[in-house]
Amino acid sequence: MGFYLKLFWSFFKIGCFTFGGGYAMVPLIQKEIIDNRKWISANEFIDLLALAQSSPGPIAINTSVFVGYKIRGIPGSIVCILGTVLASFVIILLIAVYFSDFTKYPLVESAFKGMRPVVVVLIAAPVYTMSKGIEWRKIILAGAVAVVVGFLGMSPVYFLIAGAMGGII
Amino acid sequence: MIFVQIFWPFLKIGVFGFGGGYTMLSLIQNEVVENRNWISAQEFTDIVAISQMTPGPVAINSATYIGYNVSGSVWGSALATIAVCLPPLVIMILITKFYLAFRNNKYVGWVMDGLKPMLIGVIGAAAFMLMTPSNFPDIFSVVLFLATLTVSLLKVNPILIIIGGAVIGLIFL
Repeated sequence: MGFYLKLFWSFFKIGCFTFGGGYAMVPLIQKEIIDNRKWISANEFIDLLALAQSSPGPIAINTSVFVGYKIRGIPGSIVCILGTVLASFVIILLIAVYFSDFTKYPLVESAFKGMRPVVVVLIAAPVYTMSKGIEWRKIILAGAVAVVVGFLGMSPVYFLIAGAMGGII
Repeated sequence: MIFVQIFWPFLKIGVFGFGGGYTMLSLIQNEVVENRNWISAQEFTDIVAISQMTPGPVAINSATYIGYNVSGSVWGSALATIAVCLPPLVIMILITKFYLAFRNNKYVGWVMDGLKPMLIGVIGAAAFMLMTPSNFPDIFSVVLFLATLTVSLLKVNPILIIIGGAVIGLIFL
């Protein structure tokens, strides 16, 4: 039981701070699950992200399921999903019931003005850590993908399929 | 039976929601705004805005919110949230099982190697896509961006960095 509580607590903390889309979870997982707890390795984590991106559902949910399953099988994955979802569930429920005009409070707006640029950095930082030890040709490829997906709005799915096929050929 | 009616569209959204976050938005909009008229387009926009300001995936956030609005009860909210999580849970367990069994297979290894640079690019794109004028409205936000960049290289806990950003926003912005 103690271990499941630890698992739940780690993902609850991550769930509380996943602002700005699924990849905002990446730096939080790197810190908590890889560096602090050592539940999965940095290499497994890259594989996991590729799988999470290629299957349906939010990346944050898919990532939790993978880590939970890897550590403790099906019960582990259910505990992780609950941990990830609980914070956002409670917050949204409170907003739906009590303050649907939440975004219009000046204090909320100020806090978010400060958080937005910070979250962009946190999403960009793992790109650097994950690129370590990869040959330069692949880094150029990654850069090209980032530009095409980020600025031209192409779906990442095509690049993942191309990457998977390219790996075999 | 309102609860069955709530469960089904969110289950579908969970099954077909490839590509995470914002690609799921059009799916959600199609199901709950256009097909079922559960909420108006305006309300849907509000939900997206709220979702951007609260933690958690937008698909989960909108399920929780719409589930409550449609049924008027916490149970409707919980049911919609469970429905949207259930397909990814099952599918991802199968994928993880397969991965753990075959990751030492050379073909699976090659696929993973091919995926790696693509994935790094996709995450880089996620950062680029957030570099919008609404996220960086003034010079102060750029300064904050650069300051955070320095701090994050020092391996500070990202949770502290996010809280720091919020506190700075409350004090100065």
